Amino acid sequence: MFMFILRRIGTMLVTMFALTFVVFYLVNLPGNLEKIAKTEGNMRMTDQEVQVWLDDNGYGRPFLVRYGEWIGNTVTGDMGYSRVFRKPVSEVVGERLYYTGILMFWVMIVMVPGALIIGVLAGMREGSTLDRSLSVASIGSTSAPEYVTGIIFVAVFASALGWFKGIASTRTITFENFTLPVITMALYGLGYIARMTRASMAEVMTSHYIRTATLKGMSFRQVVLKHALRNALIAPFTVIMLQFPWLLTGVVIVETMFNFKGFGWTLVQAAGNNDIELLLAISWIAVIVVLLTQLISDIGYAFLNPRIRVS
Amino acid sequence: MELETIGTGAIIVEMIARFWPVWAALAVSLVGGYFIRGRLGQIGRLWDSRIGLFGLTVVLFWVFTALFADLIAIMGPLEQSFTFGMKKSLPGTVDSETGQAFLLGGDNLARDIFSRIVYGSRIVLIIAPAATLIAYMVGATLGLPAGYYTGTVDTVMSFLANLVLAFPVILLFYLLVTPEVRNPTFYDVGLFEIPWSIPIAMSAFFFLFPIAFLCLLWFTKHEKNIKRLQTYLGVTIVLGLWVYVGLVFNADPLGILSMDPNELNVFASVVFVSSPAIFRVVRGLTMDIKTRDYVAAAQTRGERPWYIMLWEILPNARGPLIVDFCLRIGYTTILLGTLGFFGLGLQPESPDWGTMINHGRPFVRLADTAHIALFPAVALMTLVLGLNLLADGMREESLKD
Repeated sequence: MFMFILRRIGTMLVTMFALTFVVFYLVNLPGNLEKIAKTEGNMRMTDQEVQVWLDDNGYGRPFLVRYGEWIGNTVTGDMGYSRVFRKPVSEVVGERLYYTGILMFWVMIVMVPGALIIGVLAGMREGSTLDRSLSVASIGSTSAPEYVTGIIFVAVFASALGWFKGIASTRTITFENFTLPVITMALYGLGYIARMTRASMAEVMTSHYIRTATLKGMSFRQVVLKHALRNALIAPFTVIMLQFPWLLTGVVIVETMFNFKGFGWTLVQAAGNNDIELLLAISWIAVIVVLLTQLISDIGYAFLNPRIRVS
Repeated sequence: MELETIGTGAIIVEMIARFWPVWAALAVSLVGGYFIRGRLGQIGRLWDSRIGLFGLTVVLFWVFTALFADLIAIMGPLEQSFTFGMKKSLPGTVDSETGQAFLLGGDNLARDIFSRIVYGSRIVLIIAPAATLIAYMVGATLGLPAGYYTGTVDTVMSFLANLVLAFPVILLFYLLVTPEVRNPTFYDVGLFEIPWSIPIAMSAFFFLFPIAFLCLLWFTKHEKNIKRLQTYLGVTIVLGLWVYVGLVFNADPLGILSMDPNELNVFASVVFVSSPAIFRVVRGLTMDIKTRDYVAAAQTRGERPWYIMLWEILPNARGPLIVDFCLRIGYTTILLGTLGFFGLGLQPESPDWGTMINHGRPFVRLADTAHIALFPAVALMTLVLGLNLLADGMREESLKD
């Protein structure tokens, strides 16, 4: 087990290096650097002046040296200075991550129990009417990406009916302005997790020990709650953890749509304004989050399911 | 001046009337399909599943809409009305110049949203399946050997696939489509100049796979029959290279084929993002099928590994692959919409649904203008829903065996 975790962490580090290298290369293409020089200096610089500016600011050094320096600085917590927010990057990122954290917390609170309940209800009697309608509903929810449900919800519940607000401010988080973003984000992942839970539940319900439990006279309710549930929830656990990379796209869409100034919104700002250091920090954090959740899901799965041989 | 409008009932009636070629084609294909369903294989079995048939109907609805767009649409996708009050007009507003009602209203440039959605289905239904198909060829060409040989080949390729999968999609899109990255630099290679940029390089790489895939297919099948092999390979390579040069480098010597740079970007990013997932699916299926008896029989016969992969394993994996293909077209549609939503996709005036949603987004907070983004969003959702239901129906039916 220890070796398994160690190997996973090793792979994760290699992946992280490879990905940050690619991002570093992409944001440091000559065109991007030229644009920085022109926005920082003045727009009518000649090519020669641009070159001088880049050399003066340390952009002229060899690529690998700069990459090494960036890694060194980032690991020690110094991620540079954001030109858009006029603040150190670590401050910007910390603040925005906090806001997105709140959003994600509520999304998880709505999404996970909802998906598990739907999945278990659908999977416990495979082929029943309840199963069919819940399955179609879950397919429906996976068919509607955030930018579709978001638009529909805002148009119906905010613009037409006026029940909720179509804008979510980071300053005041209330039921009125937070409901729509949370539901929008939760809905897309909900169907997927529910389907996984349903499949896993349906499989468990056909197993021998469930049949034994039923035959010895336990009520259906007892069978489901006491015997089936625990084993049926192992697979969805992995799926929930693997949702995180997807959720990032969702975060960006929802935050852009509802003008919630969190991590995803910052990404759009950084990319749109060519804020290299901020963009690098964001990619780094995004990659870490994705890889960490993958690691947790791998290890957690091995722990939860002793039948999986760790090799 | 008071604008003349027609009521909701009239809008619905006129829309149904407008779609008449679609209804006719749907009736023909659904009834006709019912009688020949035995010969349609996996798709034919959809007629036994209510949900699957519903999905098929929705998908066919959009396919026929794309085909007959010219008959259905009221005006061109980029055409504007210059009548007063048609800008952001409500659904059902009548254009007093032409007497024609804007069934789903007008957008902020007084273009008819209904017509734009109808024409947009063309773009969506060309790009999404085409990109998925190319991604499939990439995924299959790499996934088959990874699953067949396993070992080092598999380790390296799986690592690369996981690398791409761990990359946050949205970040990748933003990095790939910044103008600095995508503006091509031109290199002189003697005969003509080659445009070069990262998206072009990526598509140059990905678009090689269909050609390589087909060549491998012919080569392994007709290895003994030199004459037939030569014709097949010759035709594939000549046609393939022609399309390749035209699409990727925009340097078709005949000047017929070309692709908009934006479109190429979209293709490259979508294929890049979705091929690792397909790679994993194909790899898993290959590992499973590899242990079957007929593969062992082929190995004993002394067939080449690539023959076994392409002509023994791949055809036997087609069931799950077709289901996955349908699902994947849905994902690709969602991805395209995401690109459009952030304004990273096709040209800003393009009527594809993602771009339309992006355009209507600023107006969604007012009840009077919310329809600009609402209707394309609904259109996109129905298409993806149709594809998902279709795939689910096929999967359910195949599980019945």
